[in-house]
Amino acid sequence: MEYQELPYVLIDYIGGKHGVHEDHVEFLKKYFHLITLKEYIENKKFLSEKIRAIYMWYHKPVVNEELLQSLPNLKIVASSGVGIDHLDLKLLSGYGVKASNTPFIVSSDTADLAMALMLASSRRLVEGYQMAVSPDTEYFPADWLGDAVSGATLGIIGMGSIGYKVAERAKAFEMKILYHNRNRRNKEEESAVGAVYCEKIHHLLQQSDFVLLSVNLMPATHKLIGKRELELMKPTATLINVSRGLVVDQDALVEALQNKVIKAAALDVTYPEPLPRDHPLLKLKNVIITPHMGTATKKTRLLMMENMIKSIQAGLMGLPIPHEVLL
Amino acid sequence: RPTIDRKLLESLPNLKVIGNSGVGVDHLDLKMIANFGVKVTNTPHAVADSTADIGMALMLASARRLVEGCQIAVSPDTKYFAVDWLGVEVTRSTLGIIGMGNIGYKVAQRARAFHMRILYHNRKQRRKEEEEAVGAHYCEKIEDLLQQSDFVMLVVNLTPETHKLIGKKELGLMKPTATLINISRGAVIDQDALAEALQNKVVRAAALDVTYPEPLPRDHPLLKLNNIIITPHIGTATVQALRMMAEEAIANMLAVLNGQPIPSEV
Repeated sequence: MEYQELPYVLIDYIGGKHGVHEDHVEFLKKYFHLITLKEYIENKKFLSEKIRAIYMWYHKPVVNEELLQSLPNLKIVASSGVGIDHLDLKLLSGYGVKASNTPFIVSSDTADLAMALMLASSRRLVEGYQMAVSPDTEYFPADWLGDAVSGATLGIIGMGSIGYKVAERAKAFEMKILYHNRNRRNKEEESAVGAVYCEKIHHLLQQSDFVLLSVNLMPATHKLIGKRELELMKPTATLINVSRGLVVDQDALVEALQNKVIKAAALDVTYPEPLPRDHPLLKLKNVIITPHMGTATKKTRLLMMENMIKSIQAGLMGLPIPHEVLL
Repeated sequence: RPTIDRKLLESLPNLKVIGNSGVGVDHLDLKMIANFGVKVTNTPHAVADSTADIGMALMLASARRLVEGCQIAVSPDTKYFAVDWLGVEVTRSTLGIIGMGNIGYKVAQRARAFHMRILYHNRKQRRKEEEEAVGAHYCEKIEDLLQQSDFVMLVVNLTPETHKLIGKKELGLMKPTATLINISRGAVIDQDALAEALQNKVVRAAALDVTYPEPLPRDHPLLKLNNIIITPHIGTATVQALRMMAEEAIANMLAVLNGQPIPSEV
């Protein structure tokens, strides 16, 4: 296939801290003629009609009205990851542009991280590490304790692909599993993981030792966990968030943690990311924060790329698009 | 504690039993104690869940670079989160369990839920039903396990046979992408060999709940490496395990004193 025949696809940039992974580029170039945003801006006249797809890696390039107006032949925006709260679907639809994401392949890694956060928080792993390596440590105190994960009660808010995989893992730790979801799962799915449905979120909050948030971010889940919900939780409970920072009212969370309304929190996501360096969440002893690394493994990123290639190809050929995101 | 020495045993003529909390008894001179006609019991069941949990916690934390990630998230110098900062997968990778006793088996049960391929090496092969229940494959030769595993977890007792079980040779047999996890006793690993292996990237990383001694001297090479997690021997450090250990120790000691069958005599 001649180079000029490959479809022109817009990306933000390559490498560095935020760009398309350098070791993905060779593979991508087999399918697409990649145009960076910088190249596009320098040669708008020629390129604006050529670009037919956008490969959106970690929310970049940002697609706004101005960009859409200048790309008359744009057919599809393929977005990495499962979250789509950063896309203006209405706007895209208005320009006849389709969108896709990469669900399911991100689920195992994100579920693994949720388990990692729950275990690290409850067993005080980060504190323990600091003690083990601190220059001031002379002995390990005998009365230094964490809490058990095995046998405890896990409440999963959002029982989609990720939430369900967490339930599968938690079952092996003999955890009691409660869940709250828009739709109840069927009986076989529930009994496979021993999960009990809580139609009312407050029942889940009152009974759980660990509350896990694995919902999509949308208007109904914005600040889903606020002052009221935190107060319903046990004072010995831990909040774990692997969904989006905005699902939690962060100011209410800070207050709850400061006043020991709940025991601890473990967050892979915040709003914004990173938090401002003077944010109160960074100063609390009973919080662990990780840098949005739910899908941060080599294998999963490769799978995400492969998914996005397939979606773009289908979109450009007018075929049904794998993992299309509909309004 | 209290330390059991000859002096103490000689001064307690009516001592019948030492109820040890925890499962390890490498700190006790079993021969000497037996000579005084004193029984020793431990608490293998109380420690199993919490220790298996710590094994899983260390494996996940190391694979996903959790400690480093936390440091990045809170560092005053952090301006953005790098998208190409990656860890390794746990789901569907291969876990090699060395020591498939109570604790090792519970690790296998947990790892299975992560769709891990489970290999194990043990003095004795487990029964077929036990193997099938967790999908574990027996490796009669430790080398086979070491060469195939992405994660190697040590869950053995410390005995003369397991002292420095993992040395330069064993580390050399492991994959360069593999992680070593130790929840047994520090002396099961040749620590100097481990420090060298980690420095030269012969293995990817290590996660240790136990070292020799505990704590390590503050100038120990293991403390300077950035591809290691160390925790302060917290395998049984939960409120729940502590209570269960006390209950199990009491039950054992009462059994001895009442002349009944002893659940966990060593």
